[in-house]
Amino acid sequence: MKIAIASGKGGTGKTLVSTNLFNVISRQGQKVRLIDCDAEEPNVCEFIRGNVEEETLTMTHIPVIDSHKCTFCGNCQEYCSYNAIIMLPTIKTIRVIEDLCHDCGACVYACQYDAITEKEKVTGSITQYSISANADVLESQTEIGIYSPVPIIGQTINMAEADTLTFLDSPPGTSCPFIATVERADYVVLVTEPTPFGLNDLKLSVETLRKLKKEFGVVINRYGIGKELIEDYLNKEEIAVLGHIPFDKRIAETYAKGDLITDKYLQYSELFKKLHQNITKQLQR
Amino acid sequence: MTEIAILSGKGGTGKSGISAALATLAPKVVVADCDVDAANLHLILEPRNYLEKVYTSGQKAHIAVEKCTSCGKCMDYCRFDAIKLANGEYSVVETACDGCKLCARVCPTGAITMIDQNESRWFAGAIRNGKMVHARLAPGEDNSGKLVNLVRDHARKEAHDIQSDLILIDGPPGIGCPVISTLSSINKVLLVTEPTVSGMHDLKRITELVSQYKLEVFLVINKCDINPEMTEEIEKWAVGKQIPVISKIPFSQVWVEAMINCKSIVDWAPESELSDQIRAIWKKLIDNE
Ligand code: SF4
Ligand code: SF4
Ligand code: SF4
Ligand code: SF4
Repeated sequence: MKIAIASGKGGTGKTLVSTNLFNVISRQGQKVRLIDCDAEEPNVCEFIRGNVEEETLTMTHIPVIDSHKCTFCGNCQEYCSYNAIIMLPTIKTIRVIEDLCHDCGACVYACQYDAITEKEKVTGSITQYSISANADVLESQTEIGIYSPVPIIGQTINMAEADTLTFLDSPPGTSCPFIATVERADYVVLVTEPTPFGLNDLKLSVETLRKLKKEFGVVINRYGIGKELIEDYLNKEEIAVLGHIPFDKRIAETYAKGDLITDKYLQYSELFKKLHQNITKQLQR
Repeated sequence: MTEIAILSGKGGTGKSGISAALATLAPKVVVADCDVDAANLHLILEPRNYLEKVYTSGQKAHIAVEKCTSCGKCMDYCRFDAIKLANGEYSVVETACDGCKLCARVCPTGAITMIDQNESRWFAGAIRNGKMVHARLAPGEDNSGKLVNLVRDHARKEAHDIQSDLILIDGPPGIGCPVISTLSSINKVLLVTEPTVSGMHDLKRITELVSQYKLEVFLVINKCDINPEMTEEIEKWAVGKQIPVISKIPFSQVWVEAMINCKSIVDWAPESELSDQIRAIWKKLIDNE
């Protein structure tokens, strides 16, 4: 079972929710895993610390052109949809710009002179941290300068086990990295805040999830003033509200230090247990 | 011409709120919302759009079933697992397709065509004290770096038209290619951070990037009182990097109220201490020529 925790924009409390949910469930002794899918800026491990069990490097292919075999026919350049090949026939130079290459293989297919081979290139890493006997964290991280985190996100989520309750901390936004994550989830928890900005982002996320035909519910963070706006919308759209996290300065302070509110305050430990129950209920529907 | 970008690395530091406040202070300005993936500034500045343009972010493959002979070649060649076979029928998984066009080239029957993704839009509009250029990237579409460039270039044109010598850019999040596109031609950067572990981490990453360009850099620490020790640590770090901390803004309910009412803080609570702080930031940003 895979549950994605997502939000339209960074900073709405997505990681607050994923780490604290993970924490209360692992403390109850249930088998649980948290995957940090925000491969460009993973930060789950700032809140949950464990020992590194295993680190796997992720790879891609980068074409290499042999300028001795190359006849400068230009076929590969024409086939490359990402302008990743530069060719200067007059000075017998042809080269792949690695940062632009998407590893699609079109150039290899295009070349009839056997001038293109492929080499491996590290795109990032997947690190497994053990937290307790029944809980672990997988962190995906891209190297700087990689065109897209999407392939790594896919590889990391593929390491989820079917019978383990797994939370996916999704990348922000509604573009490809977000879709690569929620698409692989059985259920999505959207975290939002009761401001017009929050609502605007929430609407975009909802629109996207409905297109993907995903089941989802909403957690309202910094619940307090201004809540009517978001509640009216959720009511009208008949979207399940899974929980409310109050507007409380202690939460910001605890988060700022890299600590978990479910470790520090009984009130929040109870709140997250309830949230877990509500999610479970939704899944059983 | 002065071009100022407001950047923060990760979201949630209050960057857009500060951008909005600064935008309402300027006598004459062109605002460019380059946070195209989650554009929000228009909610506060309420531009009256007079220009709406289609942005083509890329292409996706499409299989015409009636032409497909089910040879499976496309599936063999696609490196993005974007071709699926269900009930004996080949089709493209749109969310996975990267638009590389290889399947269309290998298909022996010409059953595959590439279709433009053109649900994204960009706009130009009038605001109280100038113009605003903003965009909406459709869900699941990428290549936002190109859209950021479009927005910024058009902002420059608008600035020329109305003879504004100031462009304010609300920057995209992260440190990837959209940010790099933003940095390439501006004069000043205002970094907005918060005293949290991840805020500090992102601040360092973005500073590393920004320092590769010849820019005047300023720093604002937002919500400075949620972690005073970390705020101090950031200040010390900034001294070492020779980045002036031009303001420390406390965590405040008034911010939240202004946001909820979709107002710039200097319009919502002009008499408040916060507004004085914003005006002070503005002076330092502009007068520090
Ligand atoms: S693998 Fe694809 S993206 Fe890379 S150079 Fe070849 S054609 Fe271009
Ligand atoms: S297709 Fe092959 S021969 Fe032609 S330019 Fe490219 S590498 Fe050279
Ligand atoms: S265009 Fe490229 S990514 Fe898309 S289905 Fe065809 S081969 Fe796959
Ligand atoms: S390559 Fe063309 S004919 Fe073959 S399965 Fe794909 S779409 Fe059908």
